[in-house]
This record gives sequence, structure tokens and C-alpha cells, in this order.
Amino acid sequence: MDPRNGWGDSVTTSILAAPEPVQAAQGAIQGNAWLIIAIPLLGAAVLLLAGRRANGWGHLLGCATVIASFGYSLALFSSTGGGEAAARSVHLFSWIPVNSLQVDFGLRIDPLSLVFVLLITGVGALIHIYSIGYMAHDQRGRTGSANTERRRFFGYLNLFVAAMLILVLGNSFVTLYLGWEGVGLASYLLIGFWQQRASAAGAATKAFVMNRVGDVGLALAIFLMFAHLGTTRYSEVFARAGELPAGVLLAVALLLLLGACGKSGQVPLQAWLPDAMEGPTPVSALIHAATMVTAGVYLIARANPLYSLTGTGQLVVALVGAVTLLVGCVIGCAYDDIKKVLAYSTVSQIGYMMLAVGLGPAGYALGIMHLLTHGFFKAGLFLGAGSVMHGMNDEVNMRRFGGLYRYMPVTFVTFGLGYLALIGFPFLSGYYSKEAIVSAAFGAPGWQGWVLGGAAVLGAGLTAFYMTRLMLMTFFGERRWENRTSADGRPFHPHESPPVMTGPMIVLAVGSVAAGLVFTRGDMLVSFLSPTLGELHEGHAVLPHSVIPVLTLGLSALGVLLAWLVVGRGPVSETRPQRVSPLVRAARADLYGNALNRAVAVRPAVGLADGLTRFDRAGVDGAVNGIASSFGAASQVLRRWQTGFVRSYAMSMLVGGVLLVAALLSVGTP
Amino acid sequence: MTPTHYLLLSALLFTIGTVGVLVRRNAIVLFMCVELMLNAVNLSLVTFARIEGSINGQVMAFFVMVVAAAEVVVGLAIIMSVFRTRRSVSVDDANLLKY
Amino acid sequence: MTFAVSGATLAQTTLAQQGAVGTGETVVFWILGPLALLGALGMVFARSAVHSALWLVLTMLSLGVLYMAQSAQFLGFTQIIVYTGAIMMLFLFVLMVVGRDASDSVVEVLRGQRLAAAVLGVAFAALLVAGLARSLTDVVPAAPLDPWAPGGGAAGGLGQVIFTDYLFPFELTSALLITASLGAMVLAYGGKGRKPRMSQRETVEARFRGEYSRPSPLPGPGVYATANSVATPALLPDGSVAEDSLSDILDTTPVERLRADRNAVSGRTRKPDAHALTGGPSPADGADEGDERSSAGADTDDTAAEGPVNGSAEQEHPSSGSGTNGKNGRGEDNGSAPVGNDGVTENPGTDADSPEEVRQ
Repeated sequence: MDPRNGWGDSVTTSILAAPEPVQAAQGAIQGNAWLIIAIPLLGAAVLLLAGRRANGWGHLLGCATVIASFGYSLALFSSTGGGEAAARSVHLFSWIPVNSLQVDFGLRIDPLSLVFVLLITGVGALIHIYSIGYMAHDQRGRTGSANTERRRFFGYLNLFVAAMLILVLGNSFVTLYLGWEGVGLASYLLIGFWQQRASAAGAATKAFVMNRVGDVGLALAIFLMFAHLGTTRYSEVFARAGELPAGVLLAVALLLLLGACGKSGQVPLQAWLPDAMEGPTPVSALIHAATMVTAGVYLIARANPLYSLTGTGQLVVALVGAVTLLVGCVIGCAYDDIKKVLAYSTVSQIGYMMLAVGLGPAGYALGIMHLLTHGFFKAGLFLGAGSVMHGMNDEVNMRRFGGLYRYMPVTFVTFGLGYLALIGFPFLSGYYSKEAIVSAAFGAPGWQGWVLGGAAVLGAGLTAFYMTRLMLMTFFGERRWENRTSADGRPFHPHESPPVMTGPMIVLAVGSVAAGLVFTRGDMLVSFLSPTLGELHEGHAVLPHSVIPVLTLGLSALGVLLAWLVVGRGPVSETRPQRVSPLVRAARADLYGNALNRAVAVRPAVGLADGLTRFDRAGVDGAVNGIASSFGAASQVLRRWQTGFVRSYAMSMLVGGVLLVAALLSVGTP
Repeated sequence: MTPTHYLLLSALLFTIGTVGVLVRRNAIVLFMCVELMLNAVNLSLVTFARIEGSINGQVMAFFVMVVAAAEVVVGLAIIMSVFRTRRSVSVDDANLLKY
Repeated sequence: MTFAVSGATLAQTTLAQQGAVGTGETVVFWILGPLALLGALGMVFARSAVHSALWLVLTMLSLGVLYMAQSAQFLGFTQIIVYTGAIMMLFLFVLMVVGRDASDSVVEVLRGQRLAAAVLGVAFAALLVAGLARSLTDVVPAAPLDPWAPGGGAAGGLGQVIFTDYLFPFELTSALLITASLGAMVLAYGGKGRKPRMSQRETVEARFRGEYSRPSPLPGPGVYATANSVATPALLPDGSVAEDSLSDILDTTPVERLRADRNAVSGRTRKPDAHALTGGPSPADGADEGDERSSAGADTDDTAAEGPVNGSAEQEHPSSGSGTNGKNGRGEDNGSAPVGNDGVTENPGTDADSPEEVRQ
């Protein structure tokens, strides 16, 4: 029962739950679980194919489908019962029957997938309702008809929900891959929703391409699994994970991590997430805060039997998470764009989740818990930011805000609650989940405890700093927007958002506050997830257990104080200060993440393309044209023989005749 | 002297005709050189007939003469046509097929 | 013809000697062989086309006799009658139509053609001779043929073989001859729809429509009773020379040969004299000297132009007062300048001695 065994790669003392036998689905509700996926998918099809006829009621249909899915998933949740929640499998159809590769399309209903399904459909439904108001007068549509754009938006959102549900409900890695690609597609469509903006189109392509890099890792991992085990279904792979050689296991673990990094925006593939803020705010809330970016964490949590067998793999995951959380925090301190700060905050919080799941059985469930709480408060924060933008003529620069709490009270309150949850204010949801992760990080053996724990605590402090800075600049202070006009020339008239938008925000705020209490009440969540994720083991922390929360809270308070000192006390300048320290300058440049991408990936690729073009033009075309021109040159030379003079031709004939006679005479019989 | 001498004479006449074709520019004179070549061949055919003691060579020479006559008729008609349009009988002037 | 007869008798005398070549035939060969070669060489190297044709006639005649000497009597006669008589005459007719040409010039246009032709010719001849000599040594000729036997060389013998063994080629060659004559007719008279000759009325209308350069024919030479040369220019009503009536060809003739004719009728320098025919005193005597001087002056600028000779003569008059001018060297005929008024001046031997002189 040595907790450190989580780091070893011995098989015999595996402490994860023996892979539970997968039973067939029981009852009609479980048997028809595919409806959860099918209803939003059908909605997407109708909305996208129906065209302008659906403009009037498109948004309502979009919301209805997701709400219906949520209802069904609640029913499913209750039908599986609480206690003996074994994994249930629903076989739908035989998908890829090719000789030895037999892939069936089936669903796996177990605690992990249920939790995710509830999150996706629940938060998704709220955001759909919010979008009715947010996209009501989207003037930036192509055709100028707002309703057309809104209908298209809901179609894409439904498509996303359907794909994400396939991802989490699938019972094999291949079905997961199908959902993985589907959400990638939906993300591309939604980030680039306002296609006519070059920045949006570029950001969508960037997101897709960087996801692709991660997808290669995931695909290679699946190939390896199939090559060695002959199957990709979860139950079989996890049951026979011990058969994999150590090197292959490590390779699979690292490749899965690569896929997770791509989808979740972890270092080194984090550059697409802030650019994804080009999409409408509901998209940022749903996809890039609550659900899609958490798919990476889901993948690693799902593959926990594999990870439990390779200590090196776990260490790498944890380190990636630690690095990412620090990177996200540092960069988030330097931005003035409210959405970008929240985006980097997302990067950082997912780093926390990665760190948690990288701790092995000590942290799988904690990572999921933080994922759920983060889903609530981050979505709430994004919706709040959207509400602020809505009232401020779509302005995103916080240096133009200030003193908005009086004009948007509901937004202020909900945003504030989400903020408190994020920084880990005691007894709000974020407190429980983050504290648990920090404690578990310190529980890692040896130097890892210090490194990971220290990173987590430091990250908490930085998080508090930049979030407080954001709050102060946006809602407090002097009204820097007075007597000014926005980018499109209209003066600022901040106002509260309509109820259709504030309603979901309120619900999410309630969740941010209460979710932590609910989850930790009797370790409800952890025990619920234990059949899939194994028992949670407390590690031997390098610091006493009582010190850690104090340390964390102290650093968070320090961060808040520092933020108040920087932006809360005096006036905030309207323009960015230019004389700043190198760290700030680096942070403003994304810690040179984009520069690194450009140097490592873009320039070689462009150079390769240039080289190939040159090779094609000079080499291939040159060869072909060269052959042609050589023929031309040869004919230019040879055509001079055609002098047109009959006597020259006669001369040639005579020459030939002489040669012939000479030859005959020389070889003829004497 | 043997009949071979006739053949040598024929070879020499043929060669002279060939050189004439190469050297002369007047189309009619060129044609006459071709006629000389035909005559040289006729001589050799007749000589072979004489050597063999059979008549076949003479028959062949006879037919060669007939064909040569026909050829001269048509050839000179062609030269006349060309002369009528181009006012020149120099073969060097008929060089439209040059590159 | 004598050659032919002797050739036939020579062939007869060798009947007795099976296959050997008789002395008569040897003599004939050694005379006519080189003649044939000479004719061939002459044909190739003759400058004039007509000369080439005549040399070829010599060769063909020699060959005809040689055929007879080899007991191909019919063929020999056919050679002389058809080949030499008809075909070579045909060549000569065509040469008459074509006339002289720039193709007769000596300069070779193609570089290296002559040298290559010579080298190749020698090589070819050497090869053929060597090959023949090598392969045909010790050949024993067969007995000469009886001319009148079915396989003989006379008309009867040849005819028998042609109309039996070689009937099909005979028919073919007949067809060939017919085709050839048809082809020649088409080439000579065919071609793309030749326009029918215009009637006189049509010609006149075309003329006055401007399709020709002038509506009226060129004026003919002005032949008075005082001169009967076609070089005499016609006179316009005001007495000046009509330039249209001057002939191109004759104008290229050296002027001193025609000067007398011109002077005799040129209106400026000489008035028409009513008493010309009577041989009485005429005021033209004094003008003679002046004529000579002016015509000497006219020498200088008379090359090939039909220009107003008299006008320039007038201008030159003062300058040539001394009577000396540059071109006196040519004007040796001045000495025999026309004295008489009859204008029948020297018709200098304007017969074309050589083409070069007439065509300057």
C-alpha cells in the first residue's frame, strides 16, 4: 500500500481498481443512451441544412436539443444508481470490420463518462440559452441578417455538443478519436465564425493545425495499442495493459500526452488557445473553458490504467502540467484583453488538472473534480466577460473599462463569485479542488514533491494576482470610458444584459459557490469516480498537512494585495506602459511561444514548401522543359541540313551510295 | 579486251553522270545527266546480255528506254511549268523546302 | 549509218569464234568508248546548255553503235532513233524555250560542292571499277546471238520475247506511256482554271479602267523614210522624242552604235529636212559637227538610261566645247561619224557578238 508505488512501474502492486467487468446495458434508458448523442446531432443537421426557413425558430431548436440531452443524461445518471456503478456498455453497430481490426461503435456508461456527460449537457444548455441573447443582433454576419448567423451558430454549437458526447461516451479509443476530430472541426468552425475577419480565420486555422499535431500523437498511440494488443476497446486494452513492453507503454503514454497537450492547450501546444478568443464569447465559454479543452484531461484520466503502469509517463504529465500552469499565470499577468487573460487562466487551470492526473492514483479524481468546478466558474467568468463586452460595445481592452459595478450589478456579482472561486477563496468550489491538488502535489515523493508543490502554490499566488488585477481594472476604479467612443464610433453606454443572458450566469455562479461543498461532502465525487479512477490515496507530503492550506491562502492574499497596489490604488493609464521589466516584456510576447512556433515549425515548413516549389520549378519543370528545349536546340542544329538545294540532297545520296558500295566490297566475297 | 571493258565504260559514264547531277545548276542539263546515267545502265545491261548469251538484258534495256522516254516527257513538262511561273530553271532557286 | 552497218557485220564475223571478242569489235570499242567518255565529260563541263545537249548526242550515238557491236541491233537503232532523235530533240526544244539563264554562271553557290563532287566522283568510279574488275575477271562471253533467231537481237527476235515472256511489263509500260503523255498535256495546258482570253472589247475596257499601266499601246518606233531602224525614236508633236517609244533592249546597246540613228531623227539637234531625200544642200552640215560634239558629250552620261539624251546634250554643249571628254576612248566610232544626211549611218556591227556586250 505504498503510495509511492503509483510512481513505480511494477505491475503486481498495481493499486488501481481491477478493471471492472463491463456489463451490458440494462433497461431502456441505458439501452437508448445513444439518444443523448443523436438528439443534438439531429439538431445540428436540421439547423445547418434547413437554411433560412429555420431562422425564426433555429435558436430555440438548438437550445431544446441540448436541454433534452441534459434531461436524458439526468435520467441515465439516476438509472445507473449510485453505488455499484459498474461500467455498462451499449453496443450500437459494427463500425470497421476489417479482418483483424474489429472496431465497434459502442457506448460505455461509467462514472467518468457520466460526469462528463452531465457537465457537457448542463453547461452546454446554459450557454445555449445565453447565446440566444448574445447573438441576437450579431451585425457582423456575412449576409447582414442576424438571424441567419444565429441559426448557423446554434447549428455549429449543437454539432460540437454531439461530437463531445461521442468523445466521452465512446467505448474504444477509435470512437474517442472520432469525437476528438469532431470537436476539432466544431472548434474550427466556431472560432472562425466571423470568417470575414482575417484574424478570426487565421486563428481558426492555427487552432486546427496545432490540434492536428496533437492528433498525430493520439493516432500513433492508438496504432501502437492495436499493433501490440490487437484491440482498441477500453475494457480489453486496460485488462491487458500489462502485456505491453515497458518501452511501448511509455511511448503510448507520451503519445497520449501529446494528444492531450494539443487538445487542452498545454505547453508546447498552447499558442492556439488565446488566439481562439477571436470566436464569439459563448464559444470561448463552452469550448475553450469548460469542455473541449478538458478532453485532454479526460483522455489521461480514462487511460489511467496505462499511466499507472509507467512512472516516467506520469512524471512527464505532471511536469507538463506544472510548467503550463506557471506559463499561463505569468503571461496572464501582462495582458489587457479581458478574454485573453481568461484564456491564459484556462491554460493555467488545465495545467493544474494535468498536474493532478499526473500524480497517479493520488490525483486522478482530484483532477476531475477541479475540472468540474473549473467548468462552472470559468464558464461563468467567460459569460460575464461576454456580458461586459455586450454592454461596452464589444470592447475588450480593460484599460477602457472601470467602475462598471454600478452599471452592471448582476454581472458584477456573478463575475465576482466566479473570481473568488477561481482564486480559491475559502469554502467556494475552487478552494476545495485547488487545495486538494496542491496537497497531492506536495505528496509526490522526493524532489518531485517540492517542485510540483512549489509550482502549484506559486501558481495560486499568481492566479490571485492577475485575476484581482482584472477585477479591479474592469469593475472598480474611475470610469475611463466616460466621454469616449468605442472603436466603431459609438459612445459607451454600459448597461446590464437581458435576463436571457444573466440567467445562465446566475446559475453558473451558484454552481461555482456550491459545487465544491457538494463534491466534497463525504468525498462524494471521489467515491463516485473510484470504480473508474481507482481509490484515492493520500501521499506523504513533504510539508505538514496543516501548513499547505495556510501557505496557499497566504500566497493568494499576497497576490491580491500586490494587484491592489499595482492597479487598485492609483489611476490606470490608458495606454500600456512601455518601460517595463524584461519579464513583463516577455510575458507580453507570450513568453516567446509564438516566436518559438514560428522558428521551429512555421519557418521550416515554409522553407520546405519554398524548396519544393523551387525544386519543382527548376528541377522537375526544368527537366521537362529542358528536354523540350534540348529537342528544340537539337532541331535548330539539325534543320540546317535542310538547305532546300536539290544538289545537296543529291550529294547526300551519293555519299550514302559510296559508303554502301565500299561496305559491300569490303565485306563481300572476294 | 573483254566485255568487262564495256562494264567499266558503263561505270565511268555513270559516275560522270552522277558528278554532273551534283555540279550543274541548270535543271535541263541536270536532267540530261540523269539520262546519261540511264544510258550507262543500258550499256551494262546489254553487255550482260551479251555475256550471258540471252536476250533478257536487251529486253530490260528496251524497257528502260521506254520508261526513260516517258520520264523525259513528264520531267520536261514539269520543268516548263516551273519555268513558266518562276522564270528560272536553276535548281538552286527551287529551295522553298529550306529550313 | 555506216557505223551501224559495220557494227552489224562485225558482229556477224564473230559468229565463228565462240565467245571471244573479235578485233573489229575491239577497234570499234576503243574508238567509240573514249568518244563516249569525251561526250560525257563535255556534257558535264560545257558552259552552255545547248552545248551540253550536243555533247550528249555524241555520247548517245556512240553508245548506239556499241549496242550494235554487241549484237543488240534493234536496240542500237532504237537508241539512235528514239533516244538521240526524239528525246534529245525534245531537250533542245525545251532549251530553246527557256533560253539563257543565270544558272549558267560559273560561280558555285554551295560551298565545297564542287570539291566534294570531284572527290566523291573519283571515289565512286574507283570503287565501281575495282569491284567490277575484281568480280568479273576471266569472264567468258557466250556466243553472239543470231539476230533473226527467236532469241536474237534483231527486231523479230526481240519482238518474239517481248510479246510472249514479257507481255505484262509491255502492257504496263504502254499504260505508263499513256499516262506520261496525259500528264505532260495536263502540265502544259492544265493548271488552275486559266482565264479565257479576253476579247478586244474587254481588253479595251480593262485598259481604260486602269488595270494596265497605260491605256494605249506603246508608241512604235518613229520610222521615217529617213531611217529604217527600229531604234529610231518616235517624235511628239512638238518635235521632241517620245520616250515611250525608246526600246529598253536597244537602249542598253552601246550608244555609239545607235547614235547615228538617234541623231538622224532627234528633233532638237536636227530639223526635219524636206530635201533630205534629194541629197541637196542642207543646213544640217554645220550641225553635224555640233552633233558630234554634243553626242560626244552625250557619251558621258549615256549608260542604260533612255533619258532625254538631247536635253543633256544641250547642257553638255558648252563644256565639251573642246571636243575632249573622258569617254573618247570608246568613241572610236566617232571617226566614222555619220556624215551623210541620209541618216543611214553606220549600222555598226550590232549583231550580238557576245551576250555580254549587248547586255551591258
